[in-house]
Amino acid sequence: MFHWLEKNPFFFSVGVFIVIAFAGIIEILPNFAEASRPVKGLKPYTVLQLAGKEVYKKDNCLSCHSQMIRPFKSETDRYGQYSLSGEYAYDRPFLWGSKRTGPDLHRVGNYRTTDWHENHMWDPKSVVPDSIMPAYKHHFTNIADIETAYAEAVTVKTVFNTPYDVEGGTKLGTWEEAQKMALEEAKLVTADMKNKDVKDAVESGNIPEIVALIAYLNRLK
Amino acid sequence: MQSNAAFEYDYSIAKLFTYTTILFGILGMIIGTLIAAQLAFPELNYMFGEYGTFSRLRPVHTTVVIFGFTLSGVFATFYYVAQRVLKVSMAESNLLMTVGKIHFWLYFVGALLATVSLVLGFSQGKEYAQYEWPIDIVIVIVWLLWGVSIFGLIGIRREKSLYISLWYYIACFIGIAMLYLFNNMAVPTALVSGYGNIMHSVSMYSGTNDALVQWWWGHNAVAFVFTVPIIAIIYYFLPKESGQAIYSYKLSLLSFWGLMFVYLWAGSHHLLYSPVPDWMQTMGSIFSIVLILPSWGSAINMLLTMKGEWNQLTDNPLIKFMVLASTFYMLSTLEGPIQAIKSVNAIAHFTDWIPGHVHDGTLGWVAFTIMAGIFHMTPRMFKREIYSKSLMETQFWLQTLAVVLYFTSMWIAGITQGMMWRAVDEYGNLMYSFIDTVTVLHPYYAIRALSGVLYLSGFLIFAYNIYKTITSSKRLTEEPQFKTPMA
Repeated sequence: MFHWLEKNPFFFSVGVFIVIAFAGIIEILPNFAEASRPVKGLKPYTVLQLAGKEVYKKDNCLSCHSQMIRPFKSETDRYGQYSLSGEYAYDRPFLWGSKRTGPDLHRVGNYRTTDWHENHMWDPKSVVPDSIMPAYKHHFTNIADIETAYAEAVTVKTVFNTPYDVEGGTKLGTWEEAQKMALEEAKLVTADMKNKDVKDAVESGNIPEIVALIAYLNRLK
Repeated sequence: MQSNAAFEYDYSIAKLFTYTTILFGILGMIIGTLIAAQLAFPELNYMFGEYGTFSRLRPVHTTVVIFGFTLSGVFATFYYVAQRVLKVSMAESNLLMTVGKIHFWLYFVGALLATVSLVLGFSQGKEYAQYEWPIDIVIVIVWLLWGVSIFGLIGIRREKSLYISLWYYIACFIGIAMLYLFNNMAVPTALVSGYGNIMHSVSMYSGTNDALVQWWWGHNAVAFVFTVPIIAIIYYFLPKESGQAIYSYKLSLLSFWGLMFVYLWAGSHHLLYSPVPDWMQTMGSIFSIVLILPSWGSAINMLLTMKGEWNQLTDNPLIKFMVLASTFYMLSTLEGPIQAIKSVNAIAHFTDWIPGHVHDGTLGWVAFTIMAGIFHMTPRMFKREIYSKSLMETQFWLQTLAVVLYFTSMWIAGITQGMMWRAVDEYGNLMYSFIDTVTVLHPYYAIRALSGVLYLSGFLIFAYNIYKTITSSKRLTEEPQFKTPMA
């Protein structure tokens, strides 16, 4: 049979495809519907948080930070309750990461504050003297892309039925409303910040990346 | 295999891809060495503003070495090997020549754009699948063009039976097509909502499902880019260079179909102790162990091909590259399954042992095999002998030392860190804060950076040697049959 296959490239290729497709069908498909169900009380991200998640992706924080706490005592002692599947239901993409050059961040909102993050992103060594993490000063001047975050929320609402603008969900509204809400939420963050330029920018209607990023990190609980 | 001396093949596409292999190799390894050094000396993060941090550059390194260096090497060898084992010349078909040229240029321009897009921060946020959707579309077209080349050449072949290397090239084509398409399924947000950046998209899968699909891809990108086509390369060049027939046809059959079936199951070993269902994790572990069989089957088949001819190791550095590559392949495919055992993974996961494992495979096996392929092809494509044997020897030892330094330092770093994360005192409290487990790694990070410098130097010597071979080495009057001539 193998000699025959080697002379018949079409059937050879079909054979290869069937053999390699097999595992995916059996391992991935059966659990698909269940794995995407959210835990009770989980709300979709606000537009500002989504903009922060974009900053997290853009500067690829997941190079060094995981968001997945394994069920070991040493991990739950260090980071809190181990991670559950349903907590990630609105994460597109998932951001578990695969390397901990720095600590896990899945529940960082429980034990770090806005103020801590502000100092840390400006100069990590100011709060962790031996840190090898680079400073992210450009987050304080770059303006977050709220419009793209809004586009993402509208897309997941339309295509995947993510519960925006429904009872128990997150308010999204029109683009004008969303902008206003993002700005209000940003002001709540900057109330705890000390950087004058960032505060001024938000007052004048522009939200620097650092504010969105902190809103996102504070939500990780 | 009989001599091809009577037949003229067209190497124009193979030559072009050889140039990009070297170009992307240098670029990818420079960035790799830089980010390795950044972990040891964080001040190096600030050389290029926001575009130069470790986090921004890490995906640039991985994608340039995977999709730039390795794929170029795969394409270069394919356009050389396929003509020869099928006994047809590209020049016999205008259509195939045109497709080959478009394949190359679209690939090259696409790869440059893709690299720039990552530096600018456009990212889907999935490892080894960061490219946003417009880039993905270009990649799909490039891939299809390669498919046309593969099956086009097969369509006009004179040799009816497909040689082993072609099985592996075909599997690479089909495997990556399937995995890449499914993993990159995303919805462009600007097209749905009418707002925001046109480059941006959201994944079709969420949370745990996305993780499963991603590691089904992530693990098997290793299978179908770093393993399958590399086996194709060594199955052609080792017998060609040594003049020895492949040791066992049956063993190559078993290894091929075994690898195809088993590899895909193992992806979930990247998700051990995650919220992915337990049975999938166990399946991932078990199939990872089973994977030793087909992997070692190929490696042993390579090594036994040299049976009775081990003296060639002493007088032909090219054979040395390929034998060492096979040996690193064995090491790496034993190490992977060990890390996939749950109790070992509990320590190894999230630590530097993982990049350590990746690099004994990529530096020791993938890059060594590709460089050996280029050393064999260049004198035949350009009809000149290799410029310098002693440079080859220097390169070999520099790079071998580099690989050994890389994986030993990362083994120690990984296991040290894994043990420290879980260490508790007599009252059951954690003994170390996280930062303690970072500072302890400094010497190992420094050694790894040094290893990067050594490997990169070896690669620059390689590039220089090939450049001199092409431009100013002694001309050959006829094609050498087996051992590549060198000065």
